[in-house]
Amino acid sequence: MSIRERFSGNEAVSIAIKQINPDVMAAFPITPSTEIPQYVSSYVANGEIDTEFVAVESEHSSMSACIGAQAAGARSMTATSSCGLALMWEMLYVAASLRLPITMPVVNRALSGPININNDHSDSMGARDTGWIQMYAENAQEAYDNMIQSVRIGEHKDVLLPVMTCQDGFITSHAVENINILETEKVKAFVGEYKAEKYLLNPEENISMGPYDISAYYMEHKYQQAVSMENAKRVIAEVASEFETLSGRKYDFIEEYKMDDADFAIVIIGSSAGTAKDAVDELRNEGIKAGLVKIRIFRPFPAEEIVKALKNVKVVGIMDKAEGYSNNGGPLGAEVKAALYGNVTGVKAVNFVYGLGGRDVKIESIKTVFEQLLEVDKTGKVPAHYQYLGLRK
Amino acid sequence: MNERIEIRWHGRGGQGAKTASLLLADVAFSQGLYVQGFPEYGPERMGAPITAYTRLSSNPIRVHSNIYEPDFVAVMDETLIGPVDVTSGLKEDGAIVVNTSKEPAEIAALLKGYKGKIYTVDAASISLATIGRNIPNTPMLAAVVKVSGAMDKEAFFDNMRNSFSHKFASKPEVVDGNMKALKMSMDGVNVYER
Amino acid sequence: MCMKDNKMKGITPESTYDQMTPGGAIYGSGNSEFFNTGDWRVAIPAWIEENCKHCLLCVPVCPDSSIPVKDGKRLDFDFDHCKGCGICYKACPFKAITFEKDGK
Repeated sequence: MSIRERFSGNEAVSIAIKQINPDVMAAFPITPSTEIPQYVSSYVANGEIDTEFVAVESEHSSMSACIGAQAAGARSMTATSSCGLALMWEMLYVAASLRLPITMPVVNRALSGPININNDHSDSMGARDTGWIQMYAENAQEAYDNMIQSVRIGEHKDVLLPVMTCQDGFITSHAVENINILETEKVKAFVGEYKAEKYLLNPEENISMGPYDISAYYMEHKYQQAVSMENAKRVIAEVASEFETLSGRKYDFIEEYKMDDADFAIVIIGSSAGTAKDAVDELRNEGIKAGLVKIRIFRPFPAEEIVKALKNVKVVGIMDKAEGYSNNGGPLGAEVKAALYGNVTGVKAVNFVYGLGGRDVKIESIKTVFEQLLEVDKTGKVPAHYQYLGLRK
Repeated sequence: MNERIEIRWHGRGGQGAKTASLLLADVAFSQGLYVQGFPEYGPERMGAPITAYTRLSSNPIRVHSNIYEPDFVAVMDETLIGPVDVTSGLKEDGAIVVNTSKEPAEIAALLKGYKGKIYTVDAASISLATIGRNIPNTPMLAAVVKVSGAMDKEAFFDNMRNSFSHKFASKPEVVDGNMKALKMSMDGVNVYER
Repeated sequence: MCMKDNKMKGITPESTYDQMTPGGAIYGSGNSEFFNTGDWRVAIPAWIEENCKHCLLCVPVCPDSSIPVKDGKRLDFDFDHCKGCGICYKACPFKAITFEKDGK
C-alpha cells in the first residue's frame, strides 16, 4: 500500500534519500538542486537519519568527498545542477573509473552562458561520456522511483558504476504534484545494506585505490567499464522488475506511448514528454497516427529498444534539449540516428533543438513538430537535418 | 467542478503569490484532486512582478508547460494591472479576482476589453484586520476558492484549519486570525455587475 | 599480509581485462617489493664493512628501503630495489659507503 502525497520533484528526491538513509551526503548548493541538500541536512539535524552530512566548499570537493567516502566503504550521495556538475568534471571520471557506485540527483539546468538558471539538458548531456549511468525523469514520481532504483543498479556487483538521476530544473523540481511514495521500511528492504566487497577501511585487507595506470593496462581498465555498462542493461531491467513488484509501477529503458501503429513519432527526454503525450492525444483525435518514445535511460543507451520502437514509423522527430555544436544536431539526435543506421531503412529523421534555457514547451509547440513530420512525409524531403523549435528568425 | 481548472496568479516578489499557488494545490490535493502548483522562476527580486500557476484536475496531469489560457486569474496587487497583461488568454467564461480597495467598476475600467466576470476583494484590509500584517495571500486564496468553485467551502475551511494548526502549532492565535481572514474574504468578494 | 594473496603480483602487461582488478585497485600492501627497480641504476653504492660502525644513519634516508637491518646491524644492500641515488653515500660519516658508476 503506497502513500498518496504531493511533493515537488526536489522534495520527492529528498524523501527518497531520507528513506535510503545513506552513510554520507556531501553537497554544495546550486540552483535549482539546492533544496535537496537543504532538506537532507535538516533531516540530519532533526535526527531523522544518521547520514554524515559534509558541507563542502565546492562541487569539485563534494564529488571528491563522495569518492573518498564510497572508497572507504560508505554509501555516498550528492546532488547538483549546471555549473556545479561542470565543476565536478574530472571527479566524475574518477568516480566512474574507480568503480564507485555513488548516486547523484542532477536537477537539469542550462550550463552557461549567457548565465541562465532555467531548464535544459546541456549540463548532464555534457557529462554523458563520463562513465556514469544516466536516468531521466518525466515528473516527481519518476524522480523518486529512479532515485530508489539507482542505488541498487549502481551497487550491483556486475555494475559498480555511479548513477545520475536527472529531472528538469524548476519544471518538475519546484512544481508540487501528486505522487505515491513507498513506506520507508519497504524502501530500506529494497535497497538493502551497502556492503562493498573491497573497501579502504577494511581492517582485514590492505588495498590501494586510484594508482597511476600505465598504457599497458589503461585500455583494459576502460574496457572493464564498458563491460559493466553492458551489464547495467541487464541489471536495470532486473531492478525495474523487482521495483514493479514492490510499487506496481512499471519501468523500462524507454517508454512507448501510442507507438503500436504510429506513422509519426518523436523521441524525447524529461518533463516535456508529459506535455507531448497530451499533444499526441490531440493529434490522435484529429486522426493522425502520432506516437512518442520517451528515453528513461540514456546511459547505457537503449539502441535496440529504440530501433524496435521506431522501425515501422515513417518520420521521426528527435528532440534535443541541448545543443551539440556539431552542425549535425544534438546528442540525442546523433545517438538515435546512429542506432537506426544499418538496422532500419526508410525512416526519415529530423532533429529538433528545443526548450533551451527554460524556453517553455507547450502542447502547441509539440504539435508544430508533428506538422513538420507530416510535411516531410508528404514532400518526401527533409528540409533541414536539424533545426531549432520556435526560434525567432 | 469541471474536469480541469487552470489558475494563474500575478503578484510581486514577497507578496506570497507562489505560496498561494502551492497552498491552493495543497488544499485541493487534500480533497482528492490531482494538482500541480508551480511558479515561473527567474531573477528573484522583491517587488518585481511574478507569475505562479495552479492546475487542478480530476484526472492525472501530464502537461508541464505554463498556463496561457487560464480559467481564472488572481491579481495580488492592483498596481500590476497595466504593467502586466493580467487578462492575457483569460477565458471569457472564466473570471479575474483582484485584491483592491477600489470598487469593481473602477477595476473593470482598467481591464478594458476583458468581457468575463470581474471580482474584487480588499485582501489587504482583511489581512491587516485579522492577521495584523498585510499578507494578502490567505484572503486571496479564499476569494479564488469561492469564485472558481474549485471545492466545497466547508471542506476548504476544514483543510485550512488543519494546515494552519500544523504550521502554527506554537501560536494558536495566528490560526484563528488566518481562519477569520479566510471567512471575511469569502463574504467580502464583490462582483462587477455589467 | 600473505604474499600469495596479493593479486597485483599476478597481473602483467599480458593479462587480459578480466584478469585485472576493477579500476586498477591494488589488493594488498607492499607490492613495490615485486617491482625490481634496481635495473634503472647507473651508479651503485658499495658497503665497506670494515669501516662501518653500524650507526645506521644510512638506513632511514634510503628512499627504497634497500638497506636491510638485522639485530641492530645493517646488512649489504638490496640491489634488486636500490635505484642508485647515492643518498646513503652522502649520509655516511665513516667512508663505509662508496658510490661509483655501475659496471653491470
